[in-house]
Amino acid sequence: MQISDLSLFIGGAWTTVWISGLAIAAGVLLGLVLAMLRIGRVPVVSQLVAIYVSVGRATPIVTLVLFLFVVLPSYGIRVDREFAAILALMLNTAAFNAEIWRSVYVAFPLSQIEAARAAGMTRPQYFRRIMLPQLWYAALPGLVNEVTFLVKASPAIAVIGIVDLTRVSARIAASTWQPMPPLLVASLIYMVLIYGLLRAQRAMERRAERFAS
Amino acid sequence: MTDLEIVIAQWPMFLSGLWMTTQLLVLGAIGAFFVGLLCLYLLNRRSPALERMTLLYIDALRMLPFLMFVYLLYYGLPSAGIQMTAVTASILALTFYHGAYFAEIMRGAWAQLPGGQTESARACGFHGFNLIRRIILPQLLARSGPMLGNQLIYILKDTSFLVIITVQELTWAASAVQSQYFIPFEPFVIAIVLYWLLTLLIELGINRMDAVAKEKGLGRS
Repeated sequence: MQISDLSLFIGGAWTTVWISGLAIAAGVLLGLVLAMLRIGRVPVVSQLVAIYVSVGRATPIVTLVLFLFVVLPSYGIRVDREFAAILALMLNTAAFNAEIWRSVYVAFPLSQIEAARAAGMTRPQYFRRIMLPQLWYAALPGLVNEVTFLVKASPAIAVIGIVDLTRVSARIAASTWQPMPPLLVASLIYMVLIYGLLRAQRAMERRAERFAS
Repeated sequence: MTDLEIVIAQWPMFLSGLWMTTQLLVLGAIGAFFVGLLCLYLLNRRSPALERMTLLYIDALRMLPFLMFVYLLYYGLPSAGIQMTAVTASILALTFYHGAYFAEIMRGAWAQLPGGQTESARACGFHGFNLIRRIILPQLLARSGPMLGNQLIYILKDTSFLVIITVQELTWAASAVQSQYFIPFEPFVIAIVLYWLLTLLIELGINRMDAVAKEKGLGRS
């Protein structure tokens, strides 16, 4: 391994970051929508969401990526690699996020909702102004847990030929015949990426505490 | 015989793999739960040093990929003079790794409880483990059911990594059958179906827990 390999690592890390980043952002939102659909108890829709969450959580990401990339084109839907990867990661993480959102929603203190109603707020109003900001901070530990899993599971997208951080380290290992150094560097980069996320979580929590007191 | 029949004829192997996976899941989950509780206890000793160390433990393990942690325990510890079997190392790895996640989930759920509750419990003389066991824990379990379900599913999925340190669990059974009869597809389909059945059992258990919680007036919808 040489210093010149550094640019390869940076390229791979960037691929991992932007693909996971988009999947996380979309997955958190989709998870919220799914959770609301499930809690809303709309007949049929609610059951469909429950089945989606069950199957989605049980499906390994590798399987899902391959499925999307191989099966969709045979039905005439053209997908490029990056899109399939983002879609697969998003669909997977959304199933977990739906359960996280549902969990914090169910635990939301009723007294606050009653107070908001007594103050004359409508349902959409108190959901957006009262509940959502608090739900966000309550869901943060769970969501960040899920994000750490997503980043750690993201090497699965290499199966459809995306050159992410893990694939870069495997290539360098194959060309230098020394597997350990590149793998260690890659692990280190993953840990730095996740460390950044954890710091952001703690910083947001401190901000929430300031609001609460 | 079709491929599927050949594979199904190997059911004792799948069964023993499934049994091993179930044992790892159950023991790992129980262990992780107690590690989570211990972290919760340490976080609430109101000692900044203990709190910082516990948070460091939680964050360090959340950063580490599970497989690396397993390697460290199984291949790293022997050089420090600690030897253990692959199964022991697996259960310890699941316990300490997912314990950190359990701790974070319960910490988050605790933060969502009305703050006055902990104070009034303390005023009534509940401290340390009693406070957690009698007042806090039942509510945490009632409220974070879906999230605990997420984590149990992750424990289940992580057990499949343990094939790499020679644990003979479900994925091992599938790949052994696959390499013995050169049937690439069917063994893994069976493994996936069995994993999914375990996931359904987890969901069933969590739903039961939520129903009990609702009955007792904790949690809603």
